[in-house]
Amino acid sequence: MTLTALPTDPLRPLIRRLTGDEKHDASSHSTLDVLWVLYDRILRLTPETADAPDRDRFLLSKGHGPAAYYAVLAAKGFFPADWLDDLGGWDSPLGHHPDRVRIPGVEVGTGSLGHGLGLAVGVALGLRAQGEKARTFVLLGDAELDEGSNHEAIAYAAATRLPLTAIVIDNQSATHGWPGGIAARFPGWVTAMVNGRDREQIEYALAKRHHDRPNLVVAAVEPKWSNR
Amino acid sequence: MRQTFVDTTTELLAEDPRTAVVLADISADAFAPAMRRHPDRVLNVGIREQLMTGVAGGLALTGLRPFVHSYAPFLVDRAYEQIKLDMGHQDVGAVLVSIGASYDGSAEGYTHQSPGDVELLDTLEGWTVYVPGHSDEVAALLRAAAGHDDRVYVRLTEQENSQAYPDGSRLRVIRRGGPLVVAVGPMLDPVLEATRDLDVTVAYTNTPRPLDAEGLRLLVDGELVMVEPYLAGTSARQVAEALGGVPHRALHLGVGRGEIRRYGTWQDHARAHGLDAAGLRSRIAEFLW
Repeated sequence: MTLTALPTDPLRPLIRRLTGDEKHDASSHSTLDVLWVLYDRILRLTPETADAPDRDRFLLSKGHGPAAYYAVLAAKGFFPADWLDDLGGWDSPLGHHPDRVRIPGVEVGTGSLGHGLGLAVGVALGLRAQGEKARTFVLLGDAELDEGSNHEAIAYAAATRLPLTAIVIDNQSATHGWPGGIAARFPGWVTAMVNGRDREQIEYALAKRHHDRPNLVVAAVEPKWSNR
Repeated sequence: MRQTFVDTTTELLAEDPRTAVVLADISADAFAPAMRRHPDRVLNVGIREQLMTGVAGGLALTGLRPFVHSYAPFLVDRAYEQIKLDMGHQDVGAVLVSIGASYDGSAEGYTHQSPGDVELLDTLEGWTVYVPGHSDEVAALLRAAAGHDDRVYVRLTEQENSQAYPDGSRLRVIRRGGPLVVAVGPMLDPVLEATRDLDVTVAYTNTPRPLDAEGLRLLVDGELVMVEPYLAGTSARQVAEALGGVPHRALHLGVGRGEIRRYGTWQDHARAHGLDAAGLRSRIAEFLW
């Protein structure tokens, strides 16, 4: 089992440079391992192909706490690491929520919760209509599932057997929880549960493709509030 | 107007592989033949307007040109944040095509009426707004919207003028006389009837956004009456900007802000809002003389 926080991890020093975003600290780090596995092992996407029509698409729906996202994009060369030193500054392209118009490699600007999954359904449909084989991934948080717009997209993707992959980072941050489990909210989807800190498990789950069904990967990480 | 929209969009689907249509059950039957022919590009998401708009944003991100259609209150009022973020903030466009307008759904009640749609879109950047006054104006407007990637709203209604004006994108003078009265879309016929024996200039446009500022400056000589088929005063800012520095008096007529808790016909509601010929005549005459 490969766990994070290895002494040689290239991401930690990059994240430390993003000191401006204290508010979303827990949420930003919860996504770290999934994002690294996506960009390091799964996505057919490089800085050179960031605008190619046949690139794989990754949409960060949970735009809160993008520190890990920015660190991974910098580590992969989408923009200079220097950008990390001025998070949220007037002259910085990097805000506390990402803007696709300002940041190379960012597919959607998010921040308001509950927009990424609907957009991802549209992206997957658009790629399919144009005969592209590229994959579409979208990452949400468990609390983000509170937004009803997600449930419109969940039902429609299942009904139309749309082959996109949604990842829900579960750090038990939803105020009223999801009794019965998150996967139960995705009827008709192929679901997998992984340890969100185990990069081998994450890679195994994300590499699998089901061409005629939407895929859900629930990545559980340490709870946001340890006193619950 | 709805049938012209369905026919024209069905043609566009066959002509241009970038064209897509996203529906939320409304008008799905009318698009059934197109859906059979282009199942990957005619998408009915069910009664899910947030998803309809998000899907359109996603389609546009992959290079398609989505036409998004529903009843006006469900298309604009309900999914306003999706319009703001899934289109504008993503820097992509779509063609939103509504039916129902301010009170076509007179017997349906306020839930099916959207007098505020244009004013809501005015809070956002870069929307072109078409308000055709006749079915024969609709096809050209849709074809113009298909030819680029910007954000376009097309407001269709059952209320129609007796004559189409294909050159209505700028202010088109219908009758020359004294002070200017501007009629937007289906307001032209009631304005012409209301001012039949009044010494006014009547100009028509089916494109209130962007409003023809140059035409306004040329035609306004001190006084102006705007008559719009949505909330009264919706164009007050645009008129003020167009005439900035030019002394003028303006009267803005349109749908009132109070909810009319009555049913009846759209003609009943027009009368209740003072947008029938008699109501327009008394207010225009009172303002000008």
